[in-house]
This record gives sequence, C-alpha cells and structure tokens, in this order.
Amino acid sequence: MPKFSKSPWVMHYDGSSCNGCDIEVLASLTPLYDIERFGVVNTGDPRHADILLITGGINYHNESVVRQIFEQMPEPKVVVAVGICACSGGVFRDCYNIKGGVDTTIPVDVYVPGCAARPESIIDGLVQALDVLEKKSAASAALSEGESNAQQS
Amino acid sequence: MKRTIVPFGPQHPVLPEPIHLDLVLEDEKVVEAIPSFGFIHRGMEDLASKRDFNDYLYVVERICGICSYMHGMSYCEGAERIFGVEIPDRAKYLRTIWCELSRLHSHLLWLGLLADAFGFEALFMQSWRIREKILDMVEDSTGGRLISSVNLIGGVARDMDREMLAGFVAQFDKMESELRSLTKVFLKDSTVRARLFEVGALTKTDAILYGAVGPMMRASGIELDTRKLGYAAYGDIDFDIITSSGCDSLARCEVRIGEIFQSFRIIRQAVDKIPDGEIYIPVKGNPKGEATVRVEQPRGEALYYMKANGTRNLERFRVRTPTFSNIYSLLKILPGAQFADVPLLILTIDPCISCTER
Repeated sequence: MPKFSKSPWVMHYDGSSCNGCDIEVLASLTPLYDIERFGVVNTGDPRHADILLITGGINYHNESVVRQIFEQMPEPKVVVAVGICACSGGVFRDCYNIKGGVDTTIPVDVYVPGCAARPESIIDGLVQALDVLEKKSAASAALSEGESNAQQS
Repeated sequence: MKRTIVPFGPQHPVLPEPIHLDLVLEDEKVVEAIPSFGFIHRGMEDLASKRDFNDYLYVVERICGICSYMHGMSYCEGAERIFGVEIPDRAKYLRTIWCELSRLHSHLLWLGLLADAFGFEALFMQSWRIREKILDMVEDSTGGRLISSVNLIGGVARDMDREMLAGFVAQFDKMESELRSLTKVFLKDSTVRARLFEVGALTKTDAILYGAVGPMMRASGIELDTRKLGYAAYGDIDFDIITSSGCDSLARCEVRIGEIFQSFRIIRQAVDKIPDGEIYIPVKGNPKGEATVRVEQPRGEALYYMKANGTRNLERFRVRTPTFSNIYSLLKILPGAQFADVPLLILTIDPCISCTER
C-alpha cells in the first residue's frame, strides 16, 4: 500500500441491491473495521467524493441517477462495484428490471465480489481503489503540467 | 404563503437506500410529501416463474439483506404448508433463535442509524459495536454474516451444538448491561429527547386508519404481535408485547429497545427448552396448492402468498412487506413537521426500501 498525499472521501450509492452490501459498507465504517484509519471519510455529497462505492446491479429507473452522481464527482475519481450484483447482476441478473452490473452504465475500476461482500473485502477493494486514485491523480497532474509547459513555451 | 418544492433523495446521506420524496414546504414547515418509488425495483416476484422452487429460496433470501433470514424462513414455512409436512421440533427452535438474532441485529442497526440521523456519532458507533457481536453469533452458527442461507424446505441446514448455544447466552449478560447504559442515553439524554420527544406523532386512531405495523404501531399503543400466532416455536415461548402510549419518535425508540431485551429473553428460553433430534426431513416432489404465511419481521408484520401448480416453478409468489404498510403512516406524520426533522422521521418507520420494491 503506497503513501497517500490526501485522504480520500467515499460516497456510497445503492444501485438496486438487497441492502446487504449497503449495511456492510456502513459496518466497515464502525469501530470493528474502521476504514477511517486510512483517512477514508464517508460523505453524502458527490461533489466532495473521490471514490464511489456502488452496491447492487443497475435498474432502469436508477440508471440516470447513477450516471448523474458519477458526472457530478470531480476528477480524478474511482468507482468500486461492491458485491456480486454490482459486478455482474448476480442473482438478479434475469430480473426484467435489471440492466446488469455497474459497468453497463459507468466505468468501474475495482470489483469487490461477495454476497453480501464482507467488510474485509470492501476494505481490500478500497485500498486497491486508493492505488488507482493515486495513479489517476499522478496522470492528471502530469497532464496539467504538460499543458502549462506548452503554454509557457 | 408561498410554497416551495424541495426534492429529497434519491441520494441522501441519511438513507442507505434510495427513496425520493417531493416535499412541499411553507417556509420551514412541510405541508405535503409526495413519494416516488422504484429505484430498487428488480422484479423478483417474476423470477418465481423462471427458477426452480428450491432455487428460488435463495432469491427470496435476497429480497432484503437485513431481514434475509426471516424472508427465507417464511418461504420455507409456506412451502411446507403446501407440502403438508411438519418440520422437526429442533428445527423450529433453531429457526426461532435465528429469527431473534436477526431481530436483534436489525434493531441495533436501526438504533445506530437513528443516532446518526440526529447527529450523535458516538452513539451510532456504540450501537454498531454491540451489533457486531450479534453478527459474530450469526456467522458462527450459519456461516454468513447477513445472508445466512440456512433454511431448507423441510427444516434447517445446520445445527447448533450445546456449547455454542451456551456460549451465546453467556455473552448476553454483558451485552444487556452495555445496552442498558445506551438506553439511558437514548431515552433520558436531553439532546436526544429534544430531537425525538413529541416529534412525528401518530395517534392510535391514525395508526389503525393508516394500517401501521410493527414497532410503529406498537409505539402508538396498539398491542399486536404476529409472533403470538405461534409460528416456529413461538407458541411455547413466553414474551411480552412491548407497547408505548407516547405515539412519538421517542416512543418508537423505546419500543424497539424494549424488543431487544425481549429478544434476549426469547433466545434464553429457546436455548433452555430446545429438544434433541432431527433438524431436517426430506421433502420430495413438486408442490401443488397455495399458502399464506404471516410473520413478525423486525419492521412489522409481513405477509407471504404462494401458489404452486405442480410444476417445478411457482405460479405466483407475493410479499407484502412491513415498510410498504408503514409508508402511509410516514406520509401522515410528515405534514406539519419541520424540514430538519424529515430525515429523522423517515428513519423512525425503519424503512427497508429493498423489501418494499423488491
């Protein structure tokens, strides 16, 4: 696990899960698992969030909401699909109102399997997401540096 | 006065699940709340006609991750009624114990979320710390933290030995004393009382009129509990129906805390009385007929209807979940409330949207 310059804020949204993974996401914030020790803070505002935790597959009613939340998040941003439903649609794959996993709607960086995903695996997914976030912010920093050099010359 | 419409949700910090309300406000006061649903609707009832009735049990357990155990159990009870089989007594007692463990974890979860809704972070953490011990017991006995998949049509898949049961009961004393000190904060602390006392009153008449169920109904002074029908082993067990005449948010908190202590009492009795013997009897063939099952879930009474036509698939499976019944009460208590109290009032009905929308 690399060192981080900033503390990443996570936001949680329920695509159309059974509540199991949502509760496990909350449980990973509480004393036994405590992801705040990685500097991770749970926020309710997409404009403040670096990492989006999505549980459950995407249903047709929710699709636009998920897309809007994703678009409202500032760059760089990382999406973590929590639970098997978010990865592929899971047990609800054949339901008429389920479009599929989260990656049918927005790009996903980290997949966390499990039904319900255990707090340990959610934390593991978050730590991997921190890696992705660090790479993305380095890439965007290099990009903006290149742009400012180009302007100067 | 000029009216404003403020959208609430679907993404909102207080709610783990999406629900959308259009709140019509006059200044800071809510005049009307117009709900819209369907953010979690998956269409699970339709799956009943596509999946084998034995496999469908695992879909039913995923109607909701919090009350997963009771959904699975009710489905099995319904199927057992169609087959006309009586499950072994030991299985009935095991089901009762698991039911109460899931009620314990659900109520503790709710207490935490309530504390979070009025901004008492420490209380949220404390409630969830106690809840983790219950989840450890569920995991020890079933193998899963939330989705246990331990029910079968004809009994249960796992047994608990005497040492395990005694170990659970041994932990209860400490948990009860910890809960008592939390109870003091929930019911006596002046900051908590300021947020809960006389907020969101639902009178007894209204509770009947709007069809409230579960703790919401009992907090309005109606003494009714589906467990008294005696499904699983509840018929042999002595417990009190906790009611309150407060009718407000504090009363709902009080009722749920009271039910936590009753759950400990029920598990203690079940552990004392549990008979030895088989836990499963094989059931063969395809079901034909229909059954209705009523159970008391943590959030209130749930009703299951299933119809089988002699094939591998069920013809119809239908659930009426407690939150569905309580939404009407919610829409009753919202008008007249302050805008700042809306998240809290939504929480006091203990909403489970994934149950409601399926």
